[in-house]
Amino acid sequence: MAMLSFERKYRVPGGTLVGGPLFDFWVGPFYVGFFGVTTIFFAALGTVLIFYGATLQGTWNPWLISINPPPISYGLGAAPLDEGGLWQIITICAHGAFISWALREVEICRKLGMGFHVPVAFGVAIFAYTTLVVIRPVLMGAWGHAFPYGIWSHLDWVSYTGYLYGNFHYNPAHMLAVTFFFTTVLALALHGSLILSAANPADKEKEVRSPEHEDTFFRDFIGYSIGPLGIHRLGLLLALNAGFWSAICIVISGTIWFDQWIFWWDWYLDLPWWADL
Amino acid sequence: MPEYQNIFSQVQVTGPAEMGMVEDVKLRDRTEGTRFSTLLGWFGNAQLGPIYLGGFGLISLATGLAWFFLVGMSFWIQVDFSPGLFFRELFYLSLEPPGPEYGLGMAPLMDGGLWIIASFFLLISVMSWWVRSWLLADALGMGKHVCYAFASAIWLFLVLGLIRPILMGSWSEAVPYGIFPHLDWTNTFSLIHGNLFYNPFHGLSIAFLYGSTLLFAMHGATILAVSRLGGDRELEQIYDRGTASERAGLFWRWTMGFNATMEGIHRWAWWFAVLCTFTGGIGILLSGTVVDNWFVWAQDHGYGAAENYIPADTPEDFLPYLPPEGN
Repeated sequence: MAMLSFERKYRVPGGTLVGGPLFDFWVGPFYVGFFGVTTIFFAALGTVLIFYGATLQGTWNPWLISINPPPISYGLGAAPLDEGGLWQIITICAHGAFISWALREVEICRKLGMGFHVPVAFGVAIFAYTTLVVIRPVLMGAWGHAFPYGIWSHLDWVSYTGYLYGNFHYNPAHMLAVTFFFTTVLALALHGSLILSAANPADKEKEVRSPEHEDTFFRDFIGYSIGPLGIHRLGLLLALNAGFWSAICIVISGTIWFDQWIFWWDWYLDLPWWADL
Repeated sequence: MPEYQNIFSQVQVTGPAEMGMVEDVKLRDRTEGTRFSTLLGWFGNAQLGPIYLGGFGLISLATGLAWFFLVGMSFWIQVDFSPGLFFRELFYLSLEPPGPEYGLGMAPLMDGGLWIIASFFLLISVMSWWVRSWLLADALGMGKHVCYAFASAIWLFLVLGLIRPILMGSWSEAVPYGIFPHLDWTNTFSLIHGNLFYNPFHGLSIAFLYGSTLLFAMHGATILAVSRLGGDRELEQIYDRGTASERAGLFWRWTMGFNATMEGIHRWAWWFAVLCTFTGGIGILLSGTVVDNWFVWAQDHGYGAAENYIPADTPEDFLPYLPPEGN
């Protein structure tokens, strides 16, 4: 059965942003809502168009199916379907689906009396995607600067675009993004481990451990325990910064910085007090 | 509404410092001083300390400092002890492993020998800190999950600096100690092996890296969103589910048709984070030992394209992305 033992009392009407009671119902475990309908519409249309693109491309190898953006010579204009037009419509569908999904999360938050942290966090991910396929191409004047929708082809795009600017690791915003990604994984490992190690003592006969044990372990280990509330603030902050700085590191490449990223650091070498050493 | 978002703690209550649970911990090795930081208190616990030092903590700190000192000294020697040059070149300086001509043997001190000695100290330091993670959990009667997760990170560290160089027969394969030089090493490593993106274990590692970030964003956001109902008291809610965990679970169930439990989400977290470095280590270990060129390897195994994707300049360049002839 789709409903959990305690679920019925939470399934209340209201909290919708659009449509009032029209789509205010559940299908199995899923809440629908106006934005559930728009999500399905955009996701289905986009998926069908990807399959259509695969027939034009002539391969059903899932690693190779690739929906490519228009040639750069088309600038910011509309392209024929088989020359990047599909990519343009699929990009619109992706935005429709992602934004609908975020707004549906807002409606669910309102029903459950929760804060809006999850849809806001998802908004940062959408922002990173929009930066790659809309903001940067518009700033550079052609849709052809966006990435193709394919498993290997998008990796090829990352390689190609990265090496346009030499060794991309020298991009300071990329450095920040990578550092945030790695730190997020470290913090996630430590948080997951700490909860599990308190709830699952090595000696199965022992009583489960308390939050005081958690604090004590971390103070013994590194001299500081951020605490059960703080770790979730830290995790969210680290994760959102990883996405945000990823967006920044690519949007500045080709719009305000055109050279190899290694040369960006010349300002430091050229500081007047040691430039002539 | 803003007061429910709980981004910062608005009230800080300071009482006597918590000196921690005792259980089987040797209190002789736990410090007694603590401090409170208002800045930290806005975000998490304000209390700093106490900390447990102990034998392994001492070994770890001493050898870690030795590594830091040796790397730093090699930098100072390279700039002929000029402070101006030291700080100008700090990010560019490198303590390099020995050249390939020395194989797995010892090299002259200033020709890679120092790298070997420094690496030895770093190894002792990391392993001692790892032993601490086991001993401290054991003293408190806790599970060893931190220790096992740490082992996964150490696996990647050992593959990079010890296991793969030994399999390749030369310390020159290891990573240099330096800010920019280790980035150059990473870049070169990918190019030598024909684009690391085509290495499936690199792909898995990246998927777990991004997946971990996604998971922590989802988990952190969910818990904060129900924190006015006490959702941050996770341990208590594992044993006795409250309305905060019910709402947190229902949020994801209604959103994507599935929800973890208060304990289960931490198992997802643990595995995603652990598999990130574990699969990454496998991917590095196979490069150069088993597979020379990952792009060619992908083509040979029927899923690489004939040519890399390159943005088309004109409609004439707009070519389909297809497998190599004959595949």
